[in-house]
Formats: sequence, C-alpha cells, structure tokens
Amino acid sequence: MVTESVAITFTLNGVTTSLDVSCTHTLAKVLREQLGLIGTKISCEQGECGACTVIVDGKAVNSCIVLAPEVDGCAVLTIEGLAQHGELDPIQTAFMEEGAVQCGYCTAGMIMSAKALLMENPDPTDREIREALAGNLCRCTGYQRIVQAITAAAKKLQAVDAVARKG
Amino acid sequence: MRRADVVKKVTGALEYTIDSHMAGMLHGKLLRSPLARARIIGIDLAGAQKMPGVAAVLSATELPQPVPRFGPVIADQPLLASEETKYHGEPVAIVLANDEDTAAAAVPQIHVEYEELPAVCTVADALKPGAPLVHPGGKRHDGKICDSNVCGEFEFQWGDIDKAKHECAAIIDEVYSFPMIHHHALEPLSCIAYPMDKGVAIKSPIQSPFILQRVVAACLGLELSAVRVMASDIGGGFGSRGYAKLEPLAAYLAMRTGRPVKISTSLDDGFFTVRRLAATVRMQTGFDGEGRIVFQDVQDDFLMGAYADTSTRIAQKAGFLGCGLYRTPNARIVARAIYSHTVVSTACRGFGMPQLVWAIESQMNAASRLLKIDPLEIRLRNLPARGEVFVPGDTPADGDWREGLKRAAAMVGWGTPKKSNVGRGVAVGVKTPIPASVSNAVAKLHADGGATVAVGTTEMGQGARTVFAQIAAEILRIPFAQIQVIMGDTAIAPFDFATAASRSTVTMGRAVMAACEELLSQLRAMARELGVIDREADAEFVNATIKGRQGPIAYGELLKQYLGTSHGEITGRGMFQGEKDSRHPLGGLSDFWEVIFTSAEVEVDRATGKVAVKKLVSVSEVGLAINPLQAEAQEEGSLIMGLGHTLMEELVYDESGKLLNAGPLDYRIPTAMDIPIIETHLVENRDGPGPYGAKGIGEGPVIAVAPAIADAVYDAVGVVIKDLPLTPERVWSALNAAGRGAKNAN
Repeated sequence: MVTESVAITFTLNGVTTSLDVSCTHTLAKVLREQLGLIGTKISCEQGECGACTVIVDGKAVNSCIVLAPEVDGCAVLTIEGLAQHGELDPIQTAFMEEGAVQCGYCTAGMIMSAKALLMENPDPTDREIREALAGNLCRCTGYQRIVQAITAAAKKLQAVDAVARKG
Repeated sequence: MRRADVVKKVTGALEYTIDSHMAGMLHGKLLRSPLARARIIGIDLAGAQKMPGVAAVLSATELPQPVPRFGPVIADQPLLASEETKYHGEPVAIVLANDEDTAAAAVPQIHVEYEELPAVCTVADALKPGAPLVHPGGKRHDGKICDSNVCGEFEFQWGDIDKAKHECAAIIDEVYSFPMIHHHALEPLSCIAYPMDKGVAIKSPIQSPFILQRVVAACLGLELSAVRVMASDIGGGFGSRGYAKLEPLAAYLAMRTGRPVKISTSLDDGFFTVRRLAATVRMQTGFDGEGRIVFQDVQDDFLMGAYADTSTRIAQKAGFLGCGLYRTPNARIVARAIYSHTVVSTACRGFGMPQLVWAIESQMNAASRLLKIDPLEIRLRNLPARGEVFVPGDTPADGDWREGLKRAAAMVGWGTPKKSNVGRGVAVGVKTPIPASVSNAVAKLHADGGATVAVGTTEMGQGARTVFAQIAAEILRIPFAQIQVIMGDTAIAPFDFATAASRSTVTMGRAVMAACEELLSQLRAMARELGVIDREADAEFVNATIKGRQGPIAYGELLKQYLGTSHGEITGRGMFQGEKDSRHPLGGLSDFWEVIFTSAEVEVDRATGKVAVKKLVSVSEVGLAINPLQAEAQEEGSLIMGLGHTLMEELVYDESGKLLNAGPLDYRIPTAMDIPIIETHLVENRDGPGPYGAKGIGEGPVIAVAPAIADAVYDAVGVVIKDLPLTPERVWSALNAAGRGAKNAN
C-alpha cells in the first residue's frame, strides 16, 4: 500500500538509526517489521496490555499507540538493548531467578516497564512497583513473582551502586 | 532449576508464530459478522478484489460446496460462515494480500447484505419451546439429529436417589450461575500454513498438534501423512489453543494458492474466537443431621457457543465429577451442553470444574449456615479418607485430603479473631486428567553423549520443556544443558493425545522416562557385548559414563566402540497410557485426582460493595514437584485467573446476540494492582503415577477460588450471592436488599 513516508533519525538501543517510515505505522510495527526487533510484542494494539512497552526518552510507552515519526530525535530502548556487553540486565536476571516468566509473551513489556521505573525511582515501594505495572497484563503468573523480581533487582542495583560510590 | 527457555524469553528472542515470516507469504485478514444470527443475502467482494496487492478475496461462496467443516468432536464449524451467520464475530470472508496493511485495508471494502434473525444467547432462551435452532438438522454428540439446541446430554447415577430423598434432615435446592469467561491469552491467534510436496504444513500455537492434524485432514479430505503440524511455543494457552481455530482455513488457502498463508489477528479477535462455557447449575443436596451428604441431584446446563468444539466433552467429563470431591452415597447428575448464538466455547483451565465446584461448594456453604456447622468442619465430615472410593468405579482418594483442607484453613488464620467486615472462606475442588490417554516419546543419544528428546507436548509457559529435560537428565545421568527437547511437531514426535488436563508431566513424563530407560538398556547390552561389563545387571551409570571393569567409559566412547568410527546414535522409545476400563463412562480410570484446597480472607466495603481480597491460599497435593519454582508459579497464576472470574470477568451479550465487551478495555482481567497476598503450598507425598511420584498440577487453583471468596464475603457481611462475578454492584445490591448496606452497618 502506498502511504506517505517520512525520514526519521533516532537513537535505538544506543545506536543512531535513520530510516524512512510510513506516517501511518506505529513504532511497534517499525521495530518489529522494518528493524526485525520481535522482542517488542504486539497483542491488543490499543495501548491496553503493555506487551509492546519500550522506553522513549526515559519513559515507558506503549509502542503500539506511538506513531513512528514521533520518535524522530528521541532515544528508544527496547528489550534487545537491555543486555550490556553480553551481560543481562539485573532485572532480566531477577525475572529468571524469581520464576517470573511463564509463557513469556508479556515478559519483555514487563521488564521494560520495570526498567523505566527503576531508572526514575531506584528504591520503589511495593505499591509503586504495582502501579508501574498496572498497564502490563499477564495471564500466566498472577504477578506476585514479577513484583518480587523487580524488588530483588532494585536491591541488587542499589548494592552495585553503593559499591560504586565507595570505590 | 531455571526454565530451559527463560533466557530467550527475558531477552525477547523467542519467536512466536505471530513473529514468523516466510518468503512469498500471503497475509490473511478476516471480515467478521457484525450480527449474531443473520441470513447472508449477498456479498460484494469487488471493492476489495480490485485493490492493488490483494491476491484473493473469498467468502463461503468461493469455497468448495458444501463448505468444508471442522471440529474435534462434531464437524459443525464451516471455514467461513455459510448462508447463515451463527454468532457475532463469526468470520464471513477473508482477504489475502501481499502485505498485512493491504489485507487490513481491503477488509472494509467487502460489502455484505444481511437479514438479521432472532438469536438465542442464554440457557433459558435456547431451551424455550420453539426457540430458533442453532443447527437445525445438525448432529448431536451422540450422532442423533438435533431437534433442540441440546447438543450433548450425559447422565450419571449411583445409589438410590429417590429413596435417599426421604432420609435427609435437610435438603438444599438452589440454582447457581457461572458466566462466560474469555481465556485472554496475551499472544493473539495466528497461524501459518504452506504447501508441502504432498499436502500442507501448519505452524501454529496449538496445544494439541495431533488433534489438529486429524481435524485438518478430515476437513480437507487429506491423509494424516499429508498434514504436518508444527506447534510453536505458545504465548498463553489455558485451553484456548486446544483445538482448530484458524488453521483449517489457512491450510485450505495455502493449498489453493500454492503459497504460504498467514492469518493473524489481534487480542480483540480472541474474544470472537473462544471462551469458557457458561453454566447454570441446579443442585438439590440432602444432608443428615450431622451435615453428611446423603444425596446429590444435579442438573448442569452448560451454555455452548455456536459450534461444538470440545464443549460436549466438557459437559460429559465435568458432569461425571458433578458431586465433587465428597463422599456421596446417592447421586443423579444430568449434564447438558446447549448450543447458543454466541462465540465458540472450548476447553478452559479446569475443564468445566470451576462452574460445577461453584455450585457444589456454594451448597456446602448453604448447609453450613442451615445446620450451623462450621464451613471447615462440614467439609471435613464429607471428605473421603485416603483409599476410600468416592465416585463408584473410579480411583479411590489418593491423598490425605482432610489434612490439606485443614492446612489451607490454618493459612488464613481460621478461627482466630478478625475485624468487622472481614471474613474468611474455604473451598475444595477437584478435576480428573484425560482417562486412558496415550503419550509417546522418542529419545536419541548422540555420538557426543548429549541427547534429544522429541515429544508431541507443546510448551505454553507451563514449563514442560524444562521438566522433560530434567527427567531425561536424571535418567540418563547427563547434564541438563546437554538435553534438547523438540516439541509439538507431528512429523518428528510420536503421537501424544494433547497438552491439556494437567497430564503432560505425568503421562508424557512417564513416556520420556521410558524412552530414556530404553536407551540405558541398549547401552547395557552394548557394554556387555563389548565386554565392558560382565552382566547387564552390573551396569552402573554415573556422570554420562557407564562404569566398566577398567573404569568409566563415556557414552560417546561406548557408541563409537560399538557402532564404529562413523559414530551414529541410538534411539529409545517410550509410551504411557493410563488404565483403560470399558465399563467406565469416560473410558478409563482417573490417573490421579487433581485436588485443591483454597482459602481466602476478604474485606468488604459496605458502602460500595467492593470486595478486597486480602489473602488467597491454595494447598495442592502434587505428589512431587519436579520443578518447584515452576509448580508454585503455575499454581499462583491459576489462583489469580480464578480471582478474575470471581470478581470481575464476564462476557456480556445483549439480547440480539451482540458481544458488548470484546477487548481488554471493556473486559478487565486482574492487574498487578488487584493481587492479594498469594500463598501456595504443595503437599509432596510422592504418591502420584507420574515420574518420581508426581501428579499433575496447574489447573487446580482456578477451580475453587470463587466459592472460597463468596463464603468469605458471607462471613464478612452476611450476604449470599449465587451468581458470578461478585462485582461491587452485585455485592452492593445484595447488601442493601438484606438491609446490610453502609447505612445499616452495625
């Protein structure tokens, strides 16, 4: 189908990326279909389930309701960009260790919401964690272990931080 | 033990069907009926056909006639609605285009003229004399022709119920209702079909690849060998991916066009595809003066959707356990599956038991009130002891059930003081796996000492891949990391009945065990022949080696010595089938009982009717948790799925048969904000038929949440509610009707 396209440049997982995107395409579609980043999941496509959560300029957003041209000039972080130098993010490790993963379809979105939360608030309360996840649906886990994983990751990050400050 | 697939899942690398793409693939998008029951007067495809990039547009008229139909029990579902639509959202036409955008844009260019017809959407309406028939002239479960909307009717009886009715101190006669629930798996339905040199291959998130193979072959007139099903890992099943949905149409279109065809949908489409059966249950229960059950007279009316799918089996199998877990000397159970003009109903976690246990346990709560016996105590009096038969002709009680229930009650502080408007409830639930069902497995020991296990089970988050690798590692004495588990491919794996009914760890687990043990037998024989050991009985396997007379020999080395320098590998096969019994109404005995004890503590706001669940507990008899982390996590998820149908979930239809809340915006499932403290306790007595004494798990907790919470609500504020869900509106209305609202609060 022919639709108007626009050239955009943004930082994707730390790498400057330029491409032509259709004005009608969402960020989720561009990530998945143009860039092959299938870790960002699509499900409701109306901003209700959170499976497509990515971080744009430090904020968790539903990439299924963000039009791709809107991220021109922004920094976009997806699940694929979370591991650093081949090492998983502490949130990813905590999800593994706490048993917070079942079918896995909500997992990437959950982790991205958690990442955005901990970037802004490194020491969240249980309530703050639940609020940060309120837009991410999961039908498998019952959420308890997801909340536990984020709590554990926060603790771990704080410990790493404390060591770094001392050192 | 971490999940085998967990790194892929936390990094987003796992490819689900919806993520998959093939060269030359056509994208299919469905046009759904905006009406429930309507005669299709005409369809104009021209507008869609002439759009650039559109390869084909088809309605039922463009399909072979009569339109091919499919279904696991009754082949009543057409590839596309033929002549008359039968529910709101039924697929009426499909566009195939070179890309998904074009297909989606072409769908609204199809114009259909309908004549709306009256629809039936409730049990009462479907059973009215003269009600419109969903399938006039169609076949029932028993092969007879439909002369009403009753598609399946099953009766179970024991003792002398008519005599028993005169021997009771109290008889409670009530009607309970359980709404239509959507599974709400997060991965939207999709599938890809492509032509093989003979027939068609299908990639789909399907729980039962071998049933899909059979159903597609029957629908399209193909041999079984001409249909290959490759189940990809599923983004949430819960029964919704049990049986054919989009696959028969995709398979037909792939063969017709000679190209790969992908049909993909969104989460909303799921609401127009599958749901749990609703139920209206009338129960008459007689008790003696001490609260012991004398009889149960049960009428289970399950409201099916417009096509049978597996609905009649659910009515049959759940109906068989219509008296639940209790010792019931006299019983009559009539279970009916009734067609309606609503979305197709299918298996859903618990397979009919949450609906029946809602009624059974509500009766126990009613008896507790009437006879003034503590809700825990009246249940303890009726639970069978280990070894006691509670359903005549079936497996006796296989656990210490009274202990389990007492533990669940203790975990919410049963009998301890509580604040006003706070209440506690307990409930018990049960279900049976699939009697006498078959699982096969193949295990290959490779030249380097690693192994591949091939099974027909599919991975849907329950963790089967991990559990099978653990079992194989344990038997073969090789590291977990050296075992690859290949799942759900009908061309590679031997036959398995289904990934359903909490059966995989037990039945496929046993098959995997047997396949691996056969490998060890072969190694023993090789070692003896080579003179590594003197007698096969001497063989000892440790750390991927067999202990020989001159020290340990690695498996790979033994294979090399025996098979020659070309190496090669050996293959073991394993099979497990539960006990068959031709006299049993379900064809065999229950391999084990999946039993659950649930307790809840709630606080009710008398001003708003809102039920805040403070704590939710399940105690289950699991035999042995092969992977405790996964087992506990599954039980927790199952509890919260139960919390959803207890407090908030319900598909709402208007009188014309329109579904009013299709989608996550209007149909709310629990979020992280709704979760109480959850505790699951696994009782491990190693007394199950599965590997190392395991029983099946994962469905149990969903079964008994509703009655536990409902009785906690009664305990808190003194109102009894017989219809789910316990929405604030419903609780508020009950409070005010009883004069117990905020104004009357004591």
